[in-house]
Amino acid sequence: MSTVGLVLISHSPKIVEGVKDIISQVVQNVSIELAGGTDDGQIGTSIEKIQAAIEQAKGEKGVLLIYDIGSAKMNAELAIEMSGLDSIEIAEVPLVEGAYVAAVESGMNKTLEEVKASVEKGF
Amino acid sequence: MDKTNTKIQENKEYLTTLDQAIGDGDHGINISRGFQEVMNKVSGQAYEHVADVMKDVAMTLMSKVGGAAGPLYGTAFLKLSMTFKGQDVDYALFSQGIEDALNGVKQRGKSDTGEKTLVDVWSAVSERLKQEEKFDGSVLEETARTAMENTKDTLATKGRAAYLKERSIGHLDPGSVSSFYLFEAFAEVINEGE
Repeated sequence: MSTVGLVLISHSPKIVEGVKDIISQVVQNVSIELAGGTDDGQIGTSIEKIQAAIEQAKGEKGVLLIYDIGSAKMNAELAIEMSGLDSIEIAEVPLVEGAYVAAVESGMNKTLEEVKASVEKGF
Repeated sequence: MDKTNTKIQENKEYLTTLDQAIGDGDHGINISRGFQEVMNKVSGQAYEHVADVMKDVAMTLMSKVGGAAGPLYGTAFLKLSMTFKGQDVDYALFSQGIEDALNGVKQRGKSDTGEKTLVDVWSAVSERLKQEEKFDGSVLEETARTAMENTKDTLATKGRAAYLKERSIGHLDPGSVSSFYLFEAFAEVINEGE
């Protein structure tokens, strides 16, 4: 897709699935990939899941990562370092609201910098 | 080669001890799982260098531990691996490795000493290692134990415990406890080697 991709990272698979459900009502042209829970679906985060989601979500315009708490950010940072991508950023926003706004902004064909700036400005 | 091999055997021992210690604890389902995966990965493998063991430990912890301990311990072992790379590990190099690991953990967790995290134990050990000139298991253990016990009266300002504010006082920091087990196990290996 030609829009900025999103990766939603949460300690719970259900949280990111729910957030994607909400977004899907209004935005369809944005790649939203999920990295919720550990590799066996327990509460926690998995760097491998995050890496896989980044691979799926990255498009021409790059990818924005949005996370919830604790280890999610550290694993997101590790995944970014290991990805070797340039057009990849973490947004410092609440997961639900931030992901929603980011999806809307991305859906309007904004660049990665524009999407990140506008979601962070909102919170 | 013989020396390297001995060190690897020591490390296997110490990882086993660590897993048993933590697996019996009432905290750290994630980390006990992680170290169990570590044991599955490294036991029975023939390693040429300690650095290679450390790297496998790091990668396993990063991918298998769901909580903050994964990236933090993963980073620590990755730094050890980078410092030890291609060399036999003597006291000076070990001390350097611990300091590098400490700095890596600080950077990864954006944390510093006194915030009721595993950094408190690692920094105390690192400082003490710099003061000594050779391996001393009981000094190592005592240093790690004191630092761990000191976390009890500290207010957490980093990690999940920080949400609890004053309620965090009076409880040991689990990351410091697991780090203590790690250094305690290592101290036992040193003592056995004497």
